[in-house]
Amino acid sequence: MSEETSNSGGEFEREPVPDSALLGNGKFWGMYAGEHAAGTEFMIGPLFLAAGASLSDLLLGLLLGNLLAVVTWRFLVVPIAMAKRLTLYYQLERIAGGGLVKFYNVVNGLLFCFLAGAMVTVSASAVGVPFGIAFDVPSNFFGLSNPSFTALVAVVGVVIAIVAAGGYERVARVANIAAPWMIAVFAACGIVSLAQMEANSVAALTEGEFWSGAIATVQAHNGEQSFGFWQIVVFAWLCNGAMHFGMADLSIFRFARSKAAGWAPAIGMFLGHYMAWIAAALLLAALLKLQPSLAIMPVPEGDEDVGLPGTVVANPGQLAFHSLGWAGILCVVIAGWTTANPTIYRAGLAFQGVLPSRSRAAMTMVAGAIATIAGAFPNLSAQLLGFVGTYGTVLGPMGAVIFVDFYLMKTFGMQDEYADRSGARANIAVLIAWLLPVAVGLYLIFQQGLFAAYAVIPCWITCGVLYLVLSRLTQKASHRSEVNR
Amino acid sequence: MQSIAKIVSLITLGLVALPCLLYFAGAIGIDAVKWTALAGTIGWFLSTPVWMSRKLSIDADEVEI
Repeated sequence: MSEETSNSGGEFEREPVPDSALLGNGKFWGMYAGEHAAGTEFMIGPLFLAAGASLSDLLLGLLLGNLLAVVTWRFLVVPIAMAKRLTLYYQLERIAGGGLVKFYNVVNGLLFCFLAGAMVTVSASAVGVPFGIAFDVPSNFFGLSNPSFTALVAVVGVVIAIVAAGGYERVARVANIAAPWMIAVFAACGIVSLAQMEANSVAALTEGEFWSGAIATVQAHNGEQSFGFWQIVVFAWLCNGAMHFGMADLSIFRFARSKAAGWAPAIGMFLGHYMAWIAAALLLAALLKLQPSLAIMPVPEGDEDVGLPGTVVANPGQLAFHSLGWAGILCVVIAGWTTANPTIYRAGLAFQGVLPSRSRAAMTMVAGAIATIAGAFPNLSAQLLGFVGTYGTVLGPMGAVIFVDFYLMKTFGMQDEYADRSGARANIAVLIAWLLPVAVGLYLIFQQGLFAAYAVIPCWITCGVLYLVLSRLTQKASHRSEVNR
Repeated sequence: MQSIAKIVSLITLGLVALPCLLYFAGAIGIDAVKWTALAGTIGWFLSTPVWMSRKLSIDADEVEI
């Protein structure tokens, strides 16, 4: 497979998918069944508990948020995917120009590196368990963990980068094989945790003391926090914002024979972002009840205790080991590895797009190095709830450009796919419409402390409106008259 | 050969998923759950590659969260 064709699905990269290559709904259900049960789930689940989400809010909030995500895939992505049958990148190239798509791809690649970094941390946390290497999270965002853990991150990062440099196929096959097993391990972890907390009767389950007790412990050590119903709904809805609002899954659904394929992400959402998140959260609750010394770390030097001595830290490796032993450790390592690997691989491709004279392997190693450095800062994985929202805020708005271009440009008397028709390398209307709301969103997130997932939809809408207005100002009258003719 | 491997995969997946239910019901101890899950894991990764050689999904190089 050439470097060029391997970038986005391999086939029909620059042409509409022909009728002969369309796939039935079953293929999409099968594909999504193995998606979204990844290494990130081991981090995100415990973070809900650590953030103080109540059990009823979590159960209902995730239900509603995941339903909204599925509806967004079905009604936002699928109609455009089936009408155009093009990849996200090719559609963007026709609208925004090749130069701007490269820039978008590099931004995407950098975000992928940070995501991969979090997965390197997750994998290292599991590898460290048999060696007795502790995982502690410093209070300073740019602080390192202890030297042993940092060295372990370096080793794990280098191994992952080398494997990624060899291509994604082998890892993708391992991920394919591991997916059903991983889902079984997540489910087993949750059930074992409930039994460990003696929540194995209807009365204990409905009373929910196993959950509220764990939250009380977390808050006693880490201070008061709250993570309410709507925060959970919005997070569950938009944590994959880049895939649905951002239209990345156009590349998948361009193969859909029927619109009903758009319901297929439901299986991935409810296995990965419902069952797996809740199971992973139960792991932390069980550890806090049975062996709190393994979950409560001394506060880093120079910091003061907020409440009771120590701070609660979700160490995915320790959590899984405590619940399912070596099978749990293997699951965390494989889940982290199979998530980090394609992430680093795609980031390498994005960087190579800017420096085509460099080999893909070299660029993958660069991406791997960035990911490894990022992974050495444990706060990145500890702040995964915020990072995932930021990821959607930055990449999601490009989906608004595609939405407006598809539905509104001709209605307002303007030319769609303007870069393709005008020969521009970068459509300035897209550039400003994308960067302006994203810059404001990032300011609100990082300077004003806005919960990152809240920024996704406002940025998306603003980007769409700006794109429409700016196109009116920047499209040449000659091009517009072609539409009105 | 493939059908035998499929049956082994099913059994080994059961070894991962089912003992936890017995533990939940109080029928077995946690150590039994952990060791059967490990045995199931090893069996799964030995048997499943024999038959699960399906074509890579169209988004195999995509990133999931």
